[in-house]
Amino acid sequence: MTPLQIDLIKEKYHLNDPLYSQYYYWLDSLFHGNLGWSKEAHMFVTDAIAQKFPATFELAMISTIMAVLFGIFLGTKSAVKANSVTDQLSRTMSLVGVSIPVFWLGLILVWVFFAQLHWLPQFGPYNLTNVDLALRYETMNHYTGFLLIDTLLNGDLEFFYDHLLHLILPAITLAFASTAILIRMMRSSMLEVLSSEYVKAARAKGLPENVVIKRHARRNAMIPTTTVIGLTFGGLLGGAVLTETVFQWNGIGQWSAKAAVGVDTPAIMGFTLITALIYVLANLVVDVVYAYLDPRVRLG
Amino acid sequence: MKADMSGKPAEDNASDSKLSGVSTLDSNAGVIKKLKARIKKSRLWLALLPRLKEVKFDAYLMSKSVTSIVGILLLLFLIVIAVFPSAFAVPSDPTHPEMMPWNPLLYEPRPPGVDGFPLGSGLAGADIYYGIIWGASISMAFAIEVVGISVIIGTLLGLIAGYKGGVLDEIVMRVTDVFLSIPSLVLIMAIAAVLGRNLESTKLALIMVWWAGYTRIIRGQVLSIRENTYIDAAKAAGSSESWIMLRHILPNSWGPVVVQATMDMGTVVLVMAGLSYLGLGAEPGTAEWGQMIYAGQDRFITGSWWMVFFPGMAILIFVLAFNLIGDGLRDVLDPKMRR
Repeated sequence: MTPLQIDLIKEKYHLNDPLYSQYYYWLDSLFHGNLGWSKEAHMFVTDAIAQKFPATFELAMISTIMAVLFGIFLGTKSAVKANSVTDQLSRTMSLVGVSIPVFWLGLILVWVFFAQLHWLPQFGPYNLTNVDLALRYETMNHYTGFLLIDTLLNGDLEFFYDHLLHLILPAITLAFASTAILIRMMRSSMLEVLSSEYVKAARAKGLPENVVIKRHARRNAMIPTTTVIGLTFGGLLGGAVLTETVFQWNGIGQWSAKAAVGVDTPAIMGFTLITALIYVLANLVVDVVYAYLDPRVRLG
Repeated sequence: MKADMSGKPAEDNASDSKLSGVSTLDSNAGVIKKLKARIKKSRLWLALLPRLKEVKFDAYLMSKSVTSIVGILLLLFLIVIAVFPSAFAVPSDPTHPEMMPWNPLLYEPRPPGVDGFPLGSGLAGADIYYGIIWGASISMAFAIEVVGISVIIGTLLGLIAGYKGGVLDEIVMRVTDVFLSIPSLVLIMAIAAVLGRNLESTKLALIMVWWAGYTRIIRGQVLSIRENTYIDAAKAAGSSESWIMLRHILPNSWGPVVVQATMDMGTVVLVMAGLSYLGLGAEPGTAEWGQMIYAGQDRFITGSWWMVFFPGMAILIFVLAFNLIGDGLRDVLDPKMRR
């Protein structure tokens, strides 16, 4: 390219202007719906986000559901049977869960379940080398963008099963840290609730123990836990970066990692914006749900 | 040293003056006695003594929990390795010991125990054992610097914002909120992408994101401590604002910060390893655990498991040690569990 062309491009994209005016131009184009061109994704940033976000959301959703089910169940069990074997095991698991590097856990899981046992697949949302599946992916009707739901809606059970198998390892990897945090949260709030007055009253009434736990104690212990659930969902979008890179899952996380390494500035601005937006929304939802669950917050 | 506050300074001085003229054997004992008496009378000792008692009590409480002791032992082990890496693994290059050894003659990875590599080797003779040892040193230094600087910045900002209140408080809190509302990994990735791929820029990127957490913690503490009567008393006595902040408010508010900083030492290393794994952190060839996993992941599935297993295990142990101690500290500093 001639120096003149380079100078013209610099002028056109405001690359000579100071940073704050470049930022202003970016904001301006943002409000017109244009976030720039991502060289890593070979498409506009807005298109890249629209295309890649459902995959990440699906993964985050499944992981959150797993983490919530396991975390609350194990946390309650731990608190009710304090210092038992279950308690010691889940506390150890929870300590390991917050200390383990996410990507290493993913690699180890792949090594055990793919390389050694050949039970589960290694890469991608579905078997990318299978031409038949790739064709079906192109031709099927993408109602929601979530592969799990779409395959069911299209009646393609084989694809659904394949996708499910591919989901298991990334979901476990992503859910591990959140489960650990939820176990601790649930355990400590359950312990607090179990020594409270109304639980004593419920027991004095003569209610069977499991009813006391399920209907009285657990509900109240869930309140701070709900906050944590919402926040971990938002935070999963950060952890998803590492998990998606390990499992080559084409979602926002993998795209953002490639963008950061390749210094793809519009993409970096784009994914920072979208992640921050989701995190703030998650916090908002958590605040509203918290007010709904705990009347004291509404009235006090 | 017994906390003998009811000591008899006057009599000690008297007996010392009696001893001063006698034989040299006794005079040595006399000097030490005089020194001890002097120290115990001094203002510094009077101020420090309650704190030392607290520390002793905290240590006693911590020693009661097995997990804390395990954590402390692990940490001591790690500190020894981190401070004296050359005692465990001979430096590859005297001026740049943090780079992995490079021997193109030994290109293929060796399994543990072969060719003199205790934990195996990566590509081109990259000794895994060497990487673990020197990686501990690098990670420890990295974590201390990042957490230390973030704590200092965060605490100062939190103190000033919480104490002065008003517009300054609002501005600082909004800026803190902005930094806290973006998932940290994403923000750090964005900053590190711009700053370049080396250890120093990653350090800077992490500090730029990490200070916000401490500011929020300290500010919360300051807001409640500020209302105490002794602060009013100090103001009435004419103490300057910075004296009140440093001498009265800060020592009462650093409990949660200490707990958080301890856990953050581990988290920082996790984030650093994650960044290196993505391709953003340390330069290729550095003895850094995340970098070793990045270099080893291609060969991992096909058989060379040692390149990924040992660095990850090292990270796990490092973070586990700090988490155990942090948990123990949190239980110790929790007002409900004391006395």
